[in-house]
Amino acid sequence: MKFSVVVFPGSNSDYDAFYAASTVIGEDAALVWHKDTDLQGADAVILPGGFAHGDYLRTGAIARFSPIMSAVQAFADRGGPVLGICNGFQILLESGMLPGAMVRNDRIKFVSRLVPVRVEATDTPFTAACAERQVLHMPVAHGEGNYYADPDTLAGLEANRQVVFRYSDAAGGISPASNVNGSLNNIAGICNRQRNVVGLMPHPERATEAQLGSADGRVILASAVKALASLSR
Amino acid sequence: MAVIDAAVLERHGIKPDEYERILELMGREPNLLELGLFSVMWSEHCSYKSSRVHLKTLPTTGPRVVQGPGENAGAVDIGGGLCAVFKIESHNHPSFIEPYQGAATGVGGIIRDIFTMGARPIALLNALRFGSLETQQARRIFEGVVAGVGGYGNSIGIPTVGGEIVFDEMYAGNPLVNVLCLGISRIDGIVKGAAKGAGNPVFYVGAKTGRDGIHGATMASAEFDEKSAEKRPAVQVGDPFMEKLLMEACIEVMKTGAVLGIQDMGAAGLSCATSEMGSRGGVGMTIDVMHVPQRETGMTPYEIMLSESQERMLLVVEKGREHEVEAVFEKWDLHAVQVGEVIEGSRLKIHERGVLVADVPNRALTDEAPVYRRPMQEPAWQQGVQRLTLDDLGAPPSAQSAFDRLLTVPTIASKRWAYGQYDHSVGTNTIAQPGMSAAVVRVKGTTTGLAVSVDGNGRFCYLDPHRGAMLAVAEAARNVACAGGEPIGGTNNLNFGNPERPEIMWQLGEAVRGIGEACRALGIPITGGNVSLYNETEGRAIFPTPVLGVVGLLEDASKTTTRTFKQPGASVVLLGDNLGELGGSEYLATLHGLVAGQPPALDLSREAAIQKLIVSLIREGSVESAHDCSEGGLAVTLAECAFNSGGIGVTADIAGVRLKPDTTSDVASGSDVASGSDVASGFSRTFSVNATLFGESASRIVVSASGERLDGVLAAAKAAGVTATVIGQTGGDRIRLSVNGTAVVDSAVAAAEQAWSTSIASRMAGRAPR
Amino acid sequence: MKARVYVTLKPSVFDPQGRVVADALLTLGYEDVQDVRQGKFFEVELAATDAAAAKARVTEMADKLLANPVIESYRVEVLA
Repeated sequence: MKFSVVVFPGSNSDYDAFYAASTVIGEDAALVWHKDTDLQGADAVILPGGFAHGDYLRTGAIARFSPIMSAVQAFADRGGPVLGICNGFQILLESGMLPGAMVRNDRIKFVSRLVPVRVEATDTPFTAACAERQVLHMPVAHGEGNYYADPDTLAGLEANRQVVFRYSDAAGGISPASNVNGSLNNIAGICNRQRNVVGLMPHPERATEAQLGSADGRVILASAVKALASLSR
Repeated sequence: MAVIDAAVLERHGIKPDEYERILELMGREPNLLELGLFSVMWSEHCSYKSSRVHLKTLPTTGPRVVQGPGENAGAVDIGGGLCAVFKIESHNHPSFIEPYQGAATGVGGIIRDIFTMGARPIALLNALRFGSLETQQARRIFEGVVAGVGGYGNSIGIPTVGGEIVFDEMYAGNPLVNVLCLGISRIDGIVKGAAKGAGNPVFYVGAKTGRDGIHGATMASAEFDEKSAEKRPAVQVGDPFMEKLLMEACIEVMKTGAVLGIQDMGAAGLSCATSEMGSRGGVGMTIDVMHVPQRETGMTPYEIMLSESQERMLLVVEKGREHEVEAVFEKWDLHAVQVGEVIEGSRLKIHERGVLVADVPNRALTDEAPVYRRPMQEPAWQQGVQRLTLDDLGAPPSAQSAFDRLLTVPTIASKRWAYGQYDHSVGTNTIAQPGMSAAVVRVKGTTTGLAVSVDGNGRFCYLDPHRGAMLAVAEAARNVACAGGEPIGGTNNLNFGNPERPEIMWQLGEAVRGIGEACRALGIPITGGNVSLYNETEGRAIFPTPVLGVVGLLEDASKTTTRTFKQPGASVVLLGDNLGELGGSEYLATLHGLVAGQPPALDLSREAAIQKLIVSLIREGSVESAHDCSEGGLAVTLAECAFNSGGIGVTADIAGVRLKPDTTSDVASGSDVASGSDVASGFSRTFSVNATLFGESASRIVVSASGERLDGVLAAAKAAGVTATVIGQTGGDRIRLSVNGTAVVDSAVAAAEQAWSTSIASRMAGRAPR
Repeated sequence: MKARVYVTLKPSVFDPQGRVVADALLTLGYEDVQDVRQGKFFEVELAATDAAAAKARVTEMADKLLANPVIESYRVEVLA
């Protein structure tokens, strides 16, 4: 399969995602410039981490107007799997492809560390290969990952099982102590109602090799491969 | 035209004799713009006029050296046609005035030095010094600097992977912010900062020029006084987004081959970039300031030439290939504009709307800058501070209370509060997480890795700058070796007080002599660096603080290790000799409020032997962990091996050292004192225990090895002529240390680790607001 | 013509930065401080002459880009 990774000016994990998808997982991958309008035959799209447009104004606020985003929206509307990682998640929120918004971490400071995250739903293209309630260790690195949605939206997310990942402890326990940034309901990642668009703050692409501290993130990319294979069968 | 009188000269920091030299080089009186050019180019910061004669004595060559000092950064061959490009640079003065922006732009500046060479930056480290965290000012500066380091590095996407932080009142008014950047380039892809070929266009690209930072270079070369606050506008504001675009665009544009030379506009801005590029290339350059993109209206040529606005580059492009270069920059929404061209001869000609406004020989600004062999004088107090009489100190604390206290001293405590704000995983190359002795990054596309460490001990250098500087080299190299890296190159940042004072100049001269000796003995060429002088406030200088950055090569990046114990039941081995030297130790400073004595002795051949040994043991996979002994001595080292290990404890029994009768820090080793009959007083007895545990003797490494591998470790050490002593076993959940069989420290790992890891955070949480 | 846009977090959204500023003010002795909300302020220069049209236009800008309606509210002022 082919992953297309969008490169915005200021993206800084674009190559990491490309490297994980191609060199580590062994699938085709392409870097797509944000001014392009063609996703180069993508089977799955990744909006990578970074500081698109410097994160000036608000995180992801300007990137949503990039020419490529029309193609991403159309791809998602056709049911194509889209994964937003960190800044990519923020862009999906700003563009309205996912509900809610990000505000400053509750403890203000940038937070960078390996954290456990519990998988809450395995029926998305990016968690299809996960075990139920599997705990994955992946790095977070963000200043604005404090997920917010109004009460109705939040209730809807929970009712529709759109929460895909929650910050947990290593055993999978969910508590205020395991919440790294103050996100409502410990939310680390969500999906849209159609479940093909997924956004998360932790970085699976940085956790694909044990040498670098964790290989738990591989399953996220492997899920896409699995989901696509079952689709084409 | 303004008359150049004494007041004008003083404002420009130009001494009367320097002005005489300017008149000679110019053959006429300079105008104000020309004087401004001399002012910034002849500043200490740009010209190294006080340190140059000393720096020349450093070893700068070796079989792996691709680029030595004199370029934007140094480079060493790491095999496979690749080289490691690296340099350390300071941003001390700006970080005191505005901690966040000072640190942020310091990070931005050193990153530009690396990608200017054609290399892709892959890692940042920093060496930071602050005053005591008990003061609100130090907390404010620490908080701002850490946020600034993170703010810039995180955004641009270069991981901050390691470094060191020391707190001492001596840095209260002069914090140090030294940043090292490491990049990777193909050896044949290195681009230099030299102009070539008359007629080739000179392009300007990046942020627009504003009035910020005018005379930043001269500010960095003057002591602080009460008026420093008024100089606040001279601090630049960083734009990491602009730098990210510049970095990507420059790396892309250099691949076209159309760029003949490139330099960033850092200190002294356009003045420096134009004159240095011309001077290095043996050509002249002409520019017209009207073409320079300006952020503010009504800027004069003087302001444009001296501005230190950040994130700007100057490029010399092969004539006829301008469109290739322009196209790449357009892609990144940057607009490269031609501001001039390379000319025959050797002059820098500056125009304003076609009118010649400055005409100076390049070399007058660069190579012809004054070089001072400033007078040096050993301070009158020097020998006094080296005397240490333990009997005068009063009752020593128990080993347990000293141990507990040392673990929470900010200099020793975990720096997680800081590095938890640094993105260290971006780039997916970081093998050793921050908080280990050395950072280890892999080089994608190869099997190799690079270990990097920055180290310096101002206290040792204050007591003996020559030995202190040697110890800094040794420690940085030892840290790299403890991660499995063979040291292959170094960079130094010399942080000192006012060089016009003979005692300061003596410290600098002695330190450079020490660096040179140690680097020669350990085979580490210095490929570049930075000098920061005038680090003093109201006549009080910082500790002399040379900081060494050492890069080591791992042929197989998977063969590395960290300081932490990996499993219970392993033997704990001390490599090297425990001499119990307390001079200049953290123990003396913290528990006795004393900075005195001789720094630990250093035998460079023993140091070289232990480093070779540890690299080969790690390569063979014989040891599971390796940790160098430094601040806090053997006891703190053992504790740090237990920390972050998942709670693996250690039980160790250490042979006591015998203190000499006159109880200076020079002691005989190996004797059994605690039970010896020649120990008269209880004081000496406790001191000998404390010296055993907390002395900071050099050339020591604690390793752990399991099962039959232990015999191999001991045999290899014997063959290498390195003392190896099995001092204990890993296991349990406590840190139990005894000296000559007498239990002296017994702490639960969990509690000790909690105290160590939260000490800085809790101090910062109690901070008063700005 | 000049317009000003004030963007603040909606009252229901927690503002950690505002809280820190409030805490700092309290510690500095401003005991009467009850709450601080941090926001953004934009000055937009327009080549327009009609105030009503300008306001409509800037309101559209605020809605589309300057504010995120999920968490932020805004107020537009047009200066003569």
